[in-house]
Amino acid sequence: MSRFFPWLIGAVLIGLPFVYNSPYPLHIIIVVLIWSFVYTSWAVMGRFGLVSLGHGGFLGVGAYVTALLWNNFGLSPWIGIPVAMVAAAALAVLIAYPCSRFRITGHYFALVTMALSAIVLQVITATRDVTGGSLGYTPQRIAGGDSLFAFQFTAKETWYWIALLVWGLGLLVRWQVERSMMRYALEAISEDEDAASAAGVHVTVEKLKITALSAAMTALGGAMYCQYQMFISPDTVSGISASLQMVFASVVGGIYVLIGPTVGAIITIMLAEVLRIGFGTAAVGWDNFVYGILLVLFIIYLPQGIVGSLQAKFMGKKIG
Amino acid sequence: MLEVNGLVKRFGGFTAVDNVSFKVEQGEILGLIGPNGSGKSTIFNMLSGFFPPTAGSIRLQGQELAGVPPHAIIHQGIGRTFQIPRPFHRLSIFENVALAGFYGQNRPTRAKAFASAERALTLVGLPLDRAAMVDGLGAAGLKKLELAKALATEPKLLLADESLGGLDEHEMDQAADMLNKIRNELGVTIIWVEHIMGVLMRIVDRVMVLDHGEKIAEGLPSAITGDPRVVEVYLGSDATAVQAMAAARG
Repeated sequence: MSRFFPWLIGAVLIGLPFVYNSPYPLHIIIVVLIWSFVYTSWAVMGRFGLVSLGHGGFLGVGAYVTALLWNNFGLSPWIGIPVAMVAAAALAVLIAYPCSRFRITGHYFALVTMALSAIVLQVITATRDVTGGSLGYTPQRIAGGDSLFAFQFTAKETWYWIALLVWGLGLLVRWQVERSMMRYALEAISEDEDAASAAGVHVTVEKLKITALSAAMTALGGAMYCQYQMFISPDTVSGISASLQMVFASVVGGIYVLIGPTVGAIITIMLAEVLRIGFGTAAVGWDNFVYGILLVLFIIYLPQGIVGSLQAKFMGKKIG
Repeated sequence: MLEVNGLVKRFGGFTAVDNVSFKVEQGEILGLIGPNGSGKSTIFNMLSGFFPPTAGSIRLQGQELAGVPPHAIIHQGIGRTFQIPRPFHRLSIFENVALAGFYGQNRPTRAKAFASAERALTLVGLPLDRAAMVDGLGAAGLKKLELAKALATEPKLLLADESLGGLDEHEMDQAADMLNKIRNELGVTIIWVEHIMGVLMRIVDRVMVLDHGEKIAEGLPSAITGDPRVVEVYLGSDATAVQAMAAARG
């Protein structure tokens, strides 16, 4: 039974728009799927104690590089997105290499990467002639609205399937990492770098591999968000708040569990939506306030997150 | 197989290891002894790549290893244990050893790494159960795990760092026999650092004695125990005085 369970869920998810395609709920689901993918991308490395607050930067690179290449050079996102992913991975290596060499780990690693997201935000804001600055940026719409070449689609159902595919791929990548020898190495590194290298692990290489992978995935998420919303602003796809959002959602859902970041995305987006609909403009910024408090409570009382804690309680599974 | 020449390590103005040279023959167990701070661990850390030497050369079967980083040293065939066991608690016992089997042999197939891990676990006498966690192990179990991790890398030369601290007499004897078995069955050459002289003397072929970073004696265990400089280092200069007085009185 449990072997078929994921396939059953998968079939239900793929079939969903045929049965139910009310625009607003579908929009929320698409947004949840895209952010779930982004949070999963963060957790791919965050789960090994590599807590990055720089992923807002990678998200921004993904979104802006794709959009800028399209608007300025007419380069299809089919090429632009891979370019953006490579750029994000390169940026990740640029930051992670010195961190690894000089043994900047834990809180200090978080601080260095936090500077990265701040820098990306500043660069986007400062180069307003090119990026539109804090006013945001819009990829040029193709005539007619739908184009595979431009990666622009008007139908919500299309976006739903794209987001579902990307999210599924994200889970698959993370699952592969979790069952690879790389997990052994990264767990070992997170506990004791010297003992890991005495076992033959090239600590820097392993760290760079997972960081580059995580950054490239996050950039893909940023590009997806950009293509779907057709509008990006530095506040939503870069900067420290975007980074903190990833950490918060992943921690709430549970970073050690495959589905944890997805559950985190559902909870945070629902919370934001409920506050927005319930209180309107009176509640602007409340979600961040609530996140902050919840984050502290979770780290103290439920460090394994909601899914992780439930698993520990009902299945006797201890993870992390 | 191992040739160390003029090895020096300075930390700022302090010379931890001063111009030490020695050789280890294939299949030999060399005991490395000396009081605290005599430079034993520093030599180990240089041999295993954790400290780059200030000067000198380390050759394993003709290959220069001075300054090579730890993970690459393992790939050349030098495995090490740590004085205080450093297991990975988030991995199971099997995964700890399999990790060393996989990365220590520079990524062979998973099957080969797991086979090495199983062989190492069997040899040291730990369970092959894949899910058994590290937290259930006592002091003796952790030492075994440390050894299994080093063996899973399939080393030619094993550096065993004060592997017997914190064990009772029976466990010490067992551990000493284990090293002997590793040498005899796997043909692994061993350098064994130990505080406790008695148990070491029973197993080793040769002993090298360090004091204040210098080699003060080297030879057969029987010859070393009678060496006045070694006695002085281990029992203090008073002992030599006492011995001298005893000799004078006839």
